[in-house]
Amino acid sequence: MAGPIPILKIGPTLLATIQLELHDTVVDSFQTDVLEEIEKTGASGLIIDISALETVDSYVARMLANTAKMAKLMGTETVIVGMRPEVAATLVRMGYFMEGITTALSLEEGLQLQRQRSDAGDTE
Amino acid sequence: MISPSGNAQDSTQTWEIRIDKEADIVAVRQQVRELAKELRFDQFAVAALTTAASELSRNVWVHAQKGVARVSVVWNGRKVGVELELVDQGPGIANLERALAGGFSTSKSLGLGLSGTKRLVDEFHIESEPGRGTKVVIRKWKKEF
Repeated sequence: MAGPIPILKIGPTLLATIQLELHDTVVDSFQTDVLEEIEKTGASGLIIDISALETVDSYVARMLANTAKMAKLMGTETVIVGMRPEVAATLVRMGYFMEGITTALSLEEGLQLQRQRSDAGDTE
Repeated sequence: MISPSGNAQDSTQTWEIRIDKEADIVAVRQQVRELAKELRFDQFAVAALTTAASELSRNVWVHAQKGVARVSVVWNGRKVGVELELVDQGPGIANLERALAGGFSTSKSLGLGLSGTKRLVDEFHIESEPGRGTKVVIRKWKKEF
C-alpha cells in the first residue's frame, strides 16, 4: 500500500479516506491500491470517505464509481460516504447521478450499512 | 496569493497558469477555488466553478498536452464574477455541436465534459478550429442575496 491515500481495515471492512486534492495519477493508483488491498485482506466491505473533497469532477466521479463496480465484481460491497452538498449539487447539474452506487451521509452510517449487509449475508 | 483589492472595479486582476503537465490541472483548479472563495462566492458556486475549471483544464491536458489558463476577476456594473479562459493549439474540435450536445466522449471523461461544464456556469463561449486549437471562456457571477 504505497499510495498516498491511507486504507485501513476495521473488522471486515476496508476504510479509505481521501484527504488530499486529487491528481489524476493519485486517482489511478488509488484504484489499484484498493483492489489489491481487498484481495489481500478478503474484506467484505469497502467504505470510501470523500468528506474532505471540495471538488469531485467527472474524472474522479467516474473513478469512484468504477472502483465500486470493480470491488463488486470481486465480491466486496462499496459505500461512498460524506459527499458534501455542493459536490452532490455539482455532479447532478453536470448530469452525473452515480447510478448504482451506494452512498451514506456519514462514516457512522456507512459502517452501519456495511454491518447490516454482512449480517444479512450471514443469514442467507 | 490573492490580495484584497480596495479598488477592484478599476483593476484587471489576472493570473496566468501554463498547462503542460497533469499537476497543472490541480493548479488551475486551486487558483479558481481560491479566487472564488476570496470573492465570497457561496459554497455551491465555488464547487461549480472549480469543477468547471477542472473539466476544461483536463481537456487541454488530455487533448492538446499544453495550453494557457487565465483566471480573472470581472465586473458587470456592481456584479463581480470570475472568468476563466483556456487557450490551446491542440487538435481542435471537428464537430462542436456534437461535443456540446453531450453524451459524446473521445477519451478519458464521462462524455459530459463540455455539456456538463456549460451547465455549471453563467456564460460559456467556445471557439475551435480543427488543427488550430481551441479557446474556451467561462464566467460565473456572484449571486447577491
